[in-house]
Amino acid sequence: MPAKHYLNDNYGIRSWLLTKDHKRIAILYLLSITVFFFIGGLFAALIRLHLLTPNGELFQADTYNRLFTMHGVNMIFFFLIPSVPAVIGNFLVPIMVGTKDLAFPKINLLSWYLYIIGATFSIIAMLKGGVDTGWTFYAPLSSGYVKSPVITLAVGVIIAGFSSIFTGLNFIVTVHRMRAPGMSWGRLPLFVWANYATSLIMILGTPVIAITLILLALERGFHIGIFDPKLGGDPVLFQHMFWFYSHPAVYIMILPGMGVISEIVTCFSRKRAFGYTFIAFSSIAIAVFGFLVWAHHMFVAGISVYSALVFSLLSYAVAIPSAVKVFNWTATMYKGSVQMSTPMLYAMAFIGLFTIGGLTGLFLAALGLDIHIHDTYFVVAHFHYVMVGGMVTAYLGGLHFWWPKMTGRMYPEAPAKLAALVTFIGFNLTFFPQFILGYMGMPRRYAVYPPEFQVLNVLSSAGASVLAVGFLLPLLYFLWSLKYGEIAGDNPWKATGLEWETTSPPPTHNFHEIPVVTKEPYAYGEEEEVPVVH
Amino acid sequence: MAQHSEQEHKHPTPGLYLIILTALVIGTCATWAIAFVDLGIFNPVVALTIAVTKATLVILFFMHVFYSSKLTKITITAGFFWLMIMITMSLSDYLTRTFLPQ
Amino acid sequence: MSTSQTTTTDHHPALAHQFDSMEQQQDASTFGMWVFLLTEIMMFGGLFTAYLIYRIKYYPAFVAGSTSISVSWGFANTLVLIASSFTMAMAVWSAQTGRRKGQIWFLIGTMILGSAFLGVKAKEYYDKWDECHIPGHIIGKGFNTWGGCSANDKNLGNIAQEIIERAEKDHQEMSPVAAQQTAQQTEIFFSFYFAMTGLHAFHMIIGLGLLTWLLLRARRGEFSSAYYTPVELGGLYWHFVDIVWIFLFPLLYLISRHAHGI
Repeated sequence: MPAKHYLNDNYGIRSWLLTKDHKRIAILYLLSITVFFFIGGLFAALIRLHLLTPNGELFQADTYNRLFTMHGVNMIFFFLIPSVPAVIGNFLVPIMVGTKDLAFPKINLLSWYLYIIGATFSIIAMLKGGVDTGWTFYAPLSSGYVKSPVITLAVGVIIAGFSSIFTGLNFIVTVHRMRAPGMSWGRLPLFVWANYATSLIMILGTPVIAITLILLALERGFHIGIFDPKLGGDPVLFQHMFWFYSHPAVYIMILPGMGVISEIVTCFSRKRAFGYTFIAFSSIAIAVFGFLVWAHHMFVAGISVYSALVFSLLSYAVAIPSAVKVFNWTATMYKGSVQMSTPMLYAMAFIGLFTIGGLTGLFLAALGLDIHIHDTYFVVAHFHYVMVGGMVTAYLGGLHFWWPKMTGRMYPEAPAKLAALVTFIGFNLTFFPQFILGYMGMPRRYAVYPPEFQVLNVLSSAGASVLAVGFLLPLLYFLWSLKYGEIAGDNPWKATGLEWETTSPPPTHNFHEIPVVTKEPYAYGEEEEVPVVH
Repeated sequence: MAQHSEQEHKHPTPGLYLIILTALVIGTCATWAIAFVDLGIFNPVVALTIAVTKATLVILFFMHVFYSSKLTKITITAGFFWLMIMITMSLSDYLTRTFLPQ
Repeated sequence: MSTSQTTTTDHHPALAHQFDSMEQQQDASTFGMWVFLLTEIMMFGGLFTAYLIYRIKYYPAFVAGSTSISVSWGFANTLVLIASSFTMAMAVWSAQTGRRKGQIWFLIGTMILGSAFLGVKAKEYYDKWDECHIPGHIIGKGFNTWGGCSANDKNLGNIAQEIIERAEKDHQEMSPVAAQQTAQQTEIFFSFYFAMTGLHAFHMIIGLGLLTWLLLRARRGEFSSAYYTPVELGGLYWHFVDIVWIFLFPLLYLISRHAHGI
């Protein structure tokens, strides 16, 4: 390990809480979102425990509503949305473009503080008993009928939204204006393209949910009728405004993960990315098309059938760029020299599970079918396949891949492979039965269910306990590795990319000398290499 | 100013700013006056057209976009384009609903 | 695309460590401000979208609501804000040409005009409070179900009253119940009036804060032709707030004015 690097360059709590170093900010985010991942996970555990029996014997229905709401809100806004961009993106984007820091380091720090303030409001809301409206805050239920701390939680989400906006702003300016000499757009790692596309969504979509929640809070606080039909308002308008952001938000959640997969698949196939240009532009296409499909969440809400037709068609179109990526990753692996290291296990799991999740999205996008499966466990299974089977898997893969770069130490490979396997099994056992349950008609967000659904629910809950183990293991061995892990060296994976050309961990200013880029990305197989298999 | 050689660092003169100010004032007065004339369906059209013109003048000259990089121009266009996506696709729902006959 | 060429401003005290040159710093900062303004377009845009939908749905109520706010004050305020945009542009020009006095006076001018705008808005808000046009039942006298404070013994709110009077002038039939229903619906107009002008005013207050900060820095002589980026960014923000008002004025104050005079 180098003598001086970004972790030991400066000591003391002030050097961390007032840092402008994007790498330290990434670590701050890592710690914070891990806390919220486990808070959200705790709610999930309680949900699955409750659903072991059909009669809802563990919690009252009112409490159950709070459990799934706080599970959703915490996981989406305080874990998934920041996860890859704020942790891995913050750490790597400046290094990958070859510069010393992001364009606006102080705004980056502000971003983290806004996240913390928003997260604090969420904790306060939980201490006040939690919100029970579902993470979607539908009006007028949330604005006029429930007694739970809706405004508190909405404020937290709004503030966390600004955190997201500032991260996106920083990435966009950095990628446009701070690339190293020779780093043209066509030489950028696909991870940067993915985070750039994500940032476009962040800045264009997040302000809309901010204003929507502000209007919701105004309606709730002042009893005015913007969404409440009793007062002349339109509840469908809330849904339009809410989903205008929240649909692109799911692409905020998945695109960075796709970027991670591009990096891992190329490295562990020892091959350049198949169809680099297509993968890069598909990220932009997903970002743009993702804004055109939001009303597919509202097919049964009362929107016009003509507009539903248009949104359904566009929803099919948005699947195409995602499919392009899946085909290209597979083609990258074909005739590559595939190494089954832990990051690659996660990447391969991603490709399979994301495909299932993505395809089932098409089921939901079909108007006729949606009438039957909307608001059932089919939807729940679909989005957990893309969010957990997709995004969380990619996040874990990325953490494993770049852990040596971030900490200078290798994680232990055997427990890591075990955890990946346990997670895969647990995940499928938890969520596959839910497709069947949804198809059979079990509604979501219900605290009770017909007894004939119990077997599948028990399977799902059993899977959840396995999944929990799979998620706990990395927490343990990552922590262990900080003290006892093997020293990694600059490039343990023999990967290409600017981040592997600097030390592990990198110095505070990333490079001792700003690099000049001459190689195409993913120049694998150009020289004689000995693949490193752990 | 001598060290900046790129086109994007040229800026308007106070004279040009005064001309733009005059145009904006005239536009505002016109908007106000025309509002009292019955043009039927065209009242909001005219008012918004003048508003768009005024906004364009502010953007191009007060905000220096006329002299700015292509990236800046694309960024602003993208912003308004996204706004139009939100407005038109939301309206497309409301305007195509069929109402039950009374 | 980043430049590593050195210029004579290479080690300007205001050059941040992550940038290679003042030029890159100004370029990146200006672009960053534009990206931020994009987020503001979408935020106000959400309000504009909702406003449009309700204007279509409740057009007569929007007409009634629009007529009840003072077009003269709105017109005056629009001119005030446009003038403030001019002074702001002049402040940026002064900073860019190294005129310290110009910077200071034009910034002060902008702040005075901005404060005048807010003063007028305060007066308008007071009028609405006085006439019971504040939506909801929490603030002040509240929006009673007949739309506005009662002006007579028939318990007809002032908006309902105006609707009936205008209908009479146009030789139309208008029952009190119909007038009351339209008047009640104006509560939605006022919700948007306060939400949109309120958010706008909030941005102006922040703008005044930014201008104060710029003024202090200008007085210290921090800006010159080599470094005037903060003033330029402040200008972009201020002009944006002006543009929002350029749209708010016709959308809120000028709905079907021709039929109803001043």
